[in-house]
Amino acid sequence: MKIMVPVKRVVDYNVKVRVKSDGSGVDVVNVKMSMNPFDEIAMEEAMRQKEDGKATEVIAVSCGVPQCQDVLRTALAVGADRGILVETDVDLQPLAVAKLLKAIADKEQPQLIILGKQATDDDANQTGQMLAALLDWPQATFASKIVIDGDKATVTREVDGGLEIIELTLPAIVTADLRLNEPRYVTLPNMMKAKKKPLETIQSADLSVDVTSLIKTLRVTEPPVRTAGIMVPDIATLVSKLKNEANVI
Amino acid sequence: MAVLVIAEHDNASLKASTLNTITAATQCGSEVHVLVAGHDCSVVAQIAATIVGVAKVLVADAAQFADGLAENIAAQAIALAAGYSHILAPATAYGKNILPRVAAKLDVGQISEITKIDTPDTFERSIYAGNAIATVQSSYPVKVVTVRTTCFQPAETGANAVIESVAAVAASGKTRFISREVAKSDRPELASAKIVVAGGRGLNSAEDFQILAQLADKLGAAIGASRAAVDAGYVPNDWQIGQTGKIVAPQLYIAVGISGAIQHLAGIKGSKTIVAINKDPDAPIFLVADYGIVGDLYELVPQLIAALD
Repeated sequence: MKIMVPVKRVVDYNVKVRVKSDGSGVDVVNVKMSMNPFDEIAMEEAMRQKEDGKATEVIAVSCGVPQCQDVLRTALAVGADRGILVETDVDLQPLAVAKLLKAIADKEQPQLIILGKQATDDDANQTGQMLAALLDWPQATFASKIVIDGDKATVTREVDGGLEIIELTLPAIVTADLRLNEPRYVTLPNMMKAKKKPLETIQSADLSVDVTSLIKTLRVTEPPVRTAGIMVPDIATLVSKLKNEANVI
Repeated sequence: MAVLVIAEHDNASLKASTLNTITAATQCGSEVHVLVAGHDCSVVAQIAATIVGVAKVLVADAAQFADGLAENIAAQAIALAAGYSHILAPATAYGKNILPRVAAKLDVGQISEITKIDTPDTFERSIYAGNAIATVQSSYPVKVVTVRTTCFQPAETGANAVIESVAAVAASGKTRFISREVAKSDRPELASAKIVVAGGRGLNSAEDFQILAQLADKLGAAIGASRAAVDAGYVPNDWQIGQTGKIVAPQLYIAVGISGAIQHLAGIKGSKTIVAINKDPDAPIFLVADYGIVGDLYELVPQLIAALD
C-alpha cells in the first residue's frame, strides 16, 4: 500500500522568534527553516511501516513556496520514494492545505496518510483532522503507536487522562505525537541519493482548489513579558516569600 | 444566532473544561446551547442544564457516542450546526480531536486554542510556542473555535436550562474503540489546579518522582513533568506540560530539575508565580522564575516539604 506523508517547512524549533515592531508578523528573514518536528516523526513512521513490509511506497508532499523543496529533499533522504510540491505563494491555512492534500490523495490513492499532529509555527493542530473529514476517512490523532494488520490500523493515542486504543479501517488518517518514534538521522550519502529521486512540482491553481481564507491576521504582538524575579539563598527564605510576598501558600 | 458548545464529559460527569468553554461562549453570543453527545449520559445533560449562561442543552444519546469518537461526535455537531454563529469546544485532546472535522465539513476555517475574545469575530491566540500572540478575525459565516481553558473562568452553577433530546446521527462505522488506560488520581487536574509541582531531567527515575509526590500532597497540588521525564518513561504522557502537552496557569508553579526549554515555557507562562529549583545556575528557567534557588533538588525538596509542616 501507499503511505502519504505531508511535510511542512517551518521555522526551526530551536529558533527564538522575534516579533516585528510594526505588528505585521514574526521576523522569518534569514531564519533557519526545517521540517516540522512532528512531520519528521510522521516520515520516520512511514519508513518503519515500509521496512516492516506494510507499505510499498512512501510519498512526501509539501505545500507552499518553492523553498519547500528543501523539506521534500530531506524527506527523500529519510527514504521517501517520491516527493510532490504543491506550489503557491498564498499564505496557506490548514483548511486550504487539507483541500490541496485531498486533491493529491484523490490522485495517488494512499491507504494511509500520516501527518504531524501540529506544526510548531502556528500550533493549529487541525490539518490531519480536516483532511480526514474532507476524505470521509477515520482518524486517530496524537498517535504513540501504530500497528497495521491487513486493512486495519490499531492506534494508541495519547489523550488527556492517559492512553486510548482505537482501531481504524483503512484508508485512514493518523497524526503523529512525540513518542511515536525517534526519527533517524539523515546521512550525507542519503542526501546525495535523494537528489536523484523524483520530485514533482504542481501549481496549486491546477488542482482547482480555493486556497483563500476568510481568517485574517490583524496583528502579531509580543506576549506579556515575564522578567526574571530573584534568586533566594535558602528554603526558609523561599517559603517566607511565597507566604508573605506572593501570597500563594 | 446562538453559540453551540460541544461538551466534554465521560457520560457520568461534565469535565471542568466545558465550564471554561461555556464562559468563552457567553462572550461570543447571548444564547448558549450545549451539545452532550454520549451514551446513558442524562446525568451529564442535567448538570449542563444547571450551568449559568446555558439556555438549552441538546442531548444525543446513543451507543456510537459512548467513547468520544471524533467521527461520530463531529457528525452530530454538523447535523445541528445550522443556525449557530459559533461552535466551540475546549482545546483539550477531546476537543482538538473533534472540532477540525466539524470546521472542514462546514467548509470554514478553525481558530485553535484562543486565549482571549476581543469581539465575537476577533480572537487572540498563541503562536510559535507562545513567543508571539496573533490577533485573528474570522469572516466565515460560522466561527469554529477551540478554547484554552486556563484563560477563561469556569462558569458557575445555579441555572435551569431546557434539555432537549435530538436524534442521533448514524455511526461512521470505520472506527472502533478498543480500550482506555486512564489513571485515577485524587490530585487535582493539571489544567485547573491552583498549585502545580513539576519535575524534569533533574529527576533520575520514576521512584524519584515520589519526592515530588510528597511535596504535591503537602500543597494539595497537581503533578506534572517536562518532556524529558516523560520520554525517559519516568511518568505517564498525560503529565507532560508544554507547547504540545498541557498548558497550565496555576497560582503557583514549582519547577524542579527543569531546565526551561522554550517548548516547556510555552506551557507555564500563564502561571502567577513560578519557582525554580535547579542545580544549574545558567538554566533558562531562572530567566522566567519569580523565585529561583540553585542547589541539589534531592536536598532542597525534602527541606521544602519539612518547612511546609
